[in-house]
Amino acid sequence: MKIAIASGKGGTGKTTLSTNLAVYFAEKGEVILADLDVEEPNSGLFIKGESVHKENKYKMIPEWEQEKCSLCGLCQEVCNFHAVIQLVDQILVFPELCHSCYACSELCPTDALPMVPKKMGELNHFRRDNLTFVESRLDIGQEQAVPLISQTNEYIEKHFHKEALKFFDSPPGTSCPVIEAVKNADFVILVTEPTPFGLHDLKLAVDTLKELKIRFGVVVNRHGIGNDDVVNYCMNKNIDLIAKIPNSRRIAELYSRGELIYQKIPEVKHQFEEIEKYIFAINKKSS
Amino acid sequence: MKEIVIISGKGGTGKTSITASFAYLGGIDVVVADCDVDAADMHLLMQPDFAKSEDFFSGEIAVINQDKCTKCGKCADVCRFDAIPVINDLYVVQPLDCEGCGYCARVCPEDAITNESQNVGKWYISTTKVENTMVHARLGIGADNSGKLVAKVKNEAKQIAKENNKDFIIIDGSPGIGCPVVSSLSGASFVVLVTEPTVAGLHDLKRVYMLVKKFKIETGCIINKYDLNLQVSGEIESFLKEENIIHISSLPYDETFTTAMTNGKTIVEYGESDLKEIIKESWEKVIGRAKG
Repeated sequence: MKIAIASGKGGTGKTTLSTNLAVYFAEKGEVILADLDVEEPNSGLFIKGESVHKENKYKMIPEWEQEKCSLCGLCQEVCNFHAVIQLVDQILVFPELCHSCYACSELCPTDALPMVPKKMGELNHFRRDNLTFVESRLDIGQEQAVPLISQTNEYIEKHFHKEALKFFDSPPGTSCPVIEAVKNADFVILVTEPTPFGLHDLKLAVDTLKELKIRFGVVVNRHGIGNDDVVNYCMNKNIDLIAKIPNSRRIAELYSRGELIYQKIPEVKHQFEEIEKYIFAINKKSS
Repeated sequence: MKEIVIISGKGGTGKTSITASFAYLGGIDVVVADCDVDAADMHLLMQPDFAKSEDFFSGEIAVINQDKCTKCGKCADVCRFDAIPVINDLYVVQPLDCEGCGYCARVCPEDAITNESQNVGKWYISTTKVENTMVHARLGIGADNSGKLVAKVKNEAKQIAKENNKDFIIIDGSPGIGCPVVSSLSGASFVVLVTEPTVAGLHDLKRVYMLVKKFKIETGCIINKYDLNLQVSGEIESFLKEENIIHISSLPYDETFTTAMTNGKTIVEYGESDLKEIIKESWEKVIGRAKG
């Protein structure tokens, strides 16, 4: 079962929930945690393990071979992303604009633009007891997170059993990187905080998941701060409110040091038991 | 006219609350641009009037004319994004998967595929509650090209600032280090990094600063909730020193951040707290630096 942890707004507790849930469930069995927030991956700050595997990740971009090129201009014409530009007597490729669609390369009548790999980031695979942790990080200056998220998903599909319990720590927002991170999930846990910003961005995330037709529920983090609008919204919209993690400076301090919270704060552990029951129930329903 | 960009790497560090306070303090001398188009929240504090709104079109999406389609499958063969599955015996483009590269349309022997430009969101020009102009946007669900919408919002704000002889543009950026952030940084005069003393905050600060460095823009940093973890705060300060980043200020952990927001107010308008004075001083420092 694949469970993505997402949120519209950043900083609501996605990583806290992902890492703590992964370790909590690993007490009972095999768990895979993947950090798909490749722009700013943080799960690794909370999860330590032994390195199992490490690989560079590449995206394919065209490379100009001058001696083959007839300067016909077709490559520039077919590129919808302005990533291939023809100057008077040369072709320039802008890798950061390229979407790796292969059109310029495959349509080139003289095969002058073969696709070559260009490094965009790296994937790390760790393990500790029952817990497997996979993280990818985008190289600084690379603008597109989607190809790396997609390749990380493929790595997980390939290496782990379909039925294994998997948590995906997703990027914030509602645009393309989030879609890529959650689109294959069986269920999404939306983490929010009970504030106007939290509510506003929760609504965006809810609209996105409805569009994608993925089932979801909400965990309220920092419960007790702000107001009741998030709780009321969930009730009015018949959205499952799975758990409420209390607002506490102690939790914020533990988090600040890179420590897990559920073992130290009994109320959080209690809320995790609620989440466990909930996940167990939906898993049973779907299988 | 100077562009001040506020970013954070990590989400939830207080970036938008601080930016909105700056927008409030700047009053009619500034134009505000909310470039966090993916999860734009500043309007909740600045109460813009949404006076002018326009659809934003960017990128294309393939559309198959089923009457012309002979189901040869060439489009699906060339599509690198698996965006054209066969559903009920028909080739159908999945809008959320289509990247709009147009390759399928080029190879279709029947000319059955057209590229239609995509409405990816809306952008607005507003007057806020403090009478300054704010340019903001809302990205459509799952839309691509957020970098382009960011550029649009920024350029509109620039234009307005120029026409009205405004001194500053205040830009609220997105979290992360990807295309929307790159887009908000280009052309900036001064960058404000908002961070928090958590291991994640420091990690993300370092990554986003590596990006800022490529642009060679003068940078300052505000440490929010500095007293949450004095040790990490110290590490952040050392990092700032090493990198010659100006340490603008350190704000204490204070739930006024949230209560002000819950009341639809910026921190500098709300109640009495030490935060108010520190943020005012921070703003003075920022504009002093941005002027150069």
